[in-house]
Amino acid sequence: MEKPQYNTDIVKSFVHSSVLWGLVTVLVGLVVSVQLTNPELNFPPYFTYGRLRPLHTNAGFFGWVVGFIFATFYYIVQRLCKVRLWSDKLATFQLWFFNATIVATAITLLLGYTTSKEYHEMEWPIDLMIIILWVTFAVNIVMTIIKRKEEQMYISLWYMLAAIVGVAILFLVNSAAVPVSLFKSYSAFAGTNDANVQWWFGHNAVAMLLTAPPLAMFYYFLPKSTGVPIYSHKISIISFWSMIFMYLWTGAHHLLWTPVPDWIQTLAMAFSVMLIAPSWGSVINGYMSMKGQWHQMRENYLVKFLILGITFYGLQTLQGPMQAIRSFSAFIHYTDWVPAHIHMGTMGWVSMIGFASIYYLVPRIYGKELYSIPLANVHFWLALTGQLVWSISLWIAGVLQAGMWTAMNPDGSLTYTFMETMVEMYPYWWARTAGGALFFFGILVFIYNLFKTVRNGEKTAPLTAIAQGRA
Amino acid sequence: MWEKRPILLLLLATAAIMVGTIVTMIVPFMSVNTEADRIESVTPYTPLQQEGRDIYIREGCNNCHTQTVRPLVSEVLRYGEYSKSGEFVYDRPFLWGSKRTGPDLARLGGKYPDAWHYKHMDSPRTMITGSNMPDYGWIKENLLDPQMIQRKMETLNFPYTAEQISALAVKNEMDAMVAYLQKLGSDIPWRKAAETTIIGELNNPFTGDKGAIEAGGELYENSCAPCHGDKLEGDIGPELTDLDMDDADLYQIIHNGISDGGMPAFGSIGSDKVWQLVNYLQSEDDN
Repeated sequence: MEKPQYNTDIVKSFVHSSVLWGLVTVLVGLVVSVQLTNPELNFPPYFTYGRLRPLHTNAGFFGWVVGFIFATFYYIVQRLCKVRLWSDKLATFQLWFFNATIVATAITLLLGYTTSKEYHEMEWPIDLMIIILWVTFAVNIVMTIIKRKEEQMYISLWYMLAAIVGVAILFLVNSAAVPVSLFKSYSAFAGTNDANVQWWFGHNAVAMLLTAPPLAMFYYFLPKSTGVPIYSHKISIISFWSMIFMYLWTGAHHLLWTPVPDWIQTLAMAFSVMLIAPSWGSVINGYMSMKGQWHQMRENYLVKFLILGITFYGLQTLQGPMQAIRSFSAFIHYTDWVPAHIHMGTMGWVSMIGFASIYYLVPRIYGKELYSIPLANVHFWLALTGQLVWSISLWIAGVLQAGMWTAMNPDGSLTYTFMETMVEMYPYWWARTAGGALFFFGILVFIYNLFKTVRNGEKTAPLTAIAQGRA
Repeated sequence: MWEKRPILLLLLATAAIMVGTIVTMIVPFMSVNTEADRIESVTPYTPLQQEGRDIYIREGCNNCHTQTVRPLVSEVLRYGEYSKSGEFVYDRPFLWGSKRTGPDLARLGGKYPDAWHYKHMDSPRTMITGSNMPDYGWIKENLLDPQMIQRKMETLNFPYTAEQISALAVKNEMDAMVAYLQKLGSDIPWRKAAETTIIGELNNPFTGDKGAIEAGGELYENSCAPCHGDKLEGDIGPELTDLDMDDADLYQIIHNGISDGGMPAFGSIGSDKVWQLVNYLQSEDDN
């Protein structure tokens, strides 16, 4: 029997893995948020805040987000290229290796094997696993694109290709280390150099994992959901090239006022502000694509997730450049404002696009209508309010804390001791936990809805054709 | 045309990515950590300190504590001299962090005596009311592995002696941690340099003021009692019941600390609060 045109099984499996790691991410996030208010809930040696927090961030980045990047890209690339995935076997290997890598990351982080580098804490053997993983993914995507039957490459494919090289360069350089043993290594760079390399990586991991791939999904799933094409091809081109060019200059905005040379800080600040243009290029392109279609915000739950997602992308890319300005950074950096910013990006932008993509995919890979649209709406509101409670409470906390840190008496002495500022944070930290809990309930509703879709969803012929890889 | 040629797109994207990468990430290697920012007095970590640093990394202390003081007024007042690039040349990896859930630690070395750290690590809330730091007393139970630490020193190419390595056999992880914390930021003599001598007469503005004594008592309970005891009976620090010191001398000590004796400086809390403490201590002294 001839193989169907598309490989759908691999998409299915990556959706499963991604949702599972997403659940773990939010669960661990809840645990660490409670540990901050109740230090007696640290259980050494394995379950302390210091070891669990990197597990939360890495499960989020590499389990949940990279998981749905793999799922959606494999779905999208086959459709946009009108060919089957280049290698099914490689993709199956990648699936198992992906889960093995995430499990190994989780275990070693709990055991205390860490490089301490943010969003890249795993030690060198796991770095090697991630490199293998990325190469298999890259080869499969690039080869599929090369043997495509559609001459023109759609916008989503540009973002995919840029993300593939971007992540490879960033990860390779930042992994450079000298091993002492199987689970301990020392960075190849020292002090200020190490800091500069790390934040060049850190900020651009945000560009290449949390921005370019979700944009690839947005540009594909928005027109698919509304039935109307993207507003302007020209804006897509300009914002794509200017974004991938400008992002790489901005890493040092994480290091303003530190010993990193001033000129790097100034360049980072300037390029961060300039980045507003390409970021908003995509936002405006998204909004304009809704022209005459805004009624779909009421009728189409997918559009709601996607448009709210791009809206938070827009807000994120205004707030980010603001924080990248020296004077504002002097005030706000190191406070709870910063995690609030990150979580608007991850819960508001990236996860919203992830949810939309998975809601789009599941009926099509199982050949069944979504079990319940009302439940999807409940999920939407839980995710939205959860994220807003989370971020707004910590923005307030951050401003309060920054104000207290810098407050001075007329005689030039400090008004508050550090502890006087810290204890003020407790109510806001509780509010953050409440926001996280709302988001977590949203995820439970999401998973229940997906589970019921797979089990009891109504079968339809067009969806079945897609699920069987025939359309 | 690049929209139809994937390899060309890949190459162009790589080129776009590399421009900013080269300028802001590769070029700095030519100036950072060279003679230009070298500081003579900064030394590599000893085996015990380096192991402490690795435990700091293992426990993820950098998730809550930063290690860079920025050149901003309130920050220098709170933590001490701002950080210099040359102070970090032996740091692999750097540990500047990104979030201050707890205070910055770049200038922690020498602020408190060792005994303070042992007690604080064991049970943070007995030393600092309201702290949310987890207890780390359990690291005392773990002995060090001298062979492994020697290998680390070799890998890092740091100087060490055979005595330093053999001395590790009787040390535990807490000893290593405290040794590391005491080294932080103390390679330059900033603490001595930051001491201020008050010129002119120091006059107690609150002599006999009951309110000031009461306020001083509260300050004492939070900031001083962990070391000097609830009833001034002494613990890590000396007893304070029999000071026999005039107001101005007492003020100077609280203001500047005793940098060789492990007494932190409290000048940054402001002269009013320092005077309140002076009045409280003198009133207790009289009883």
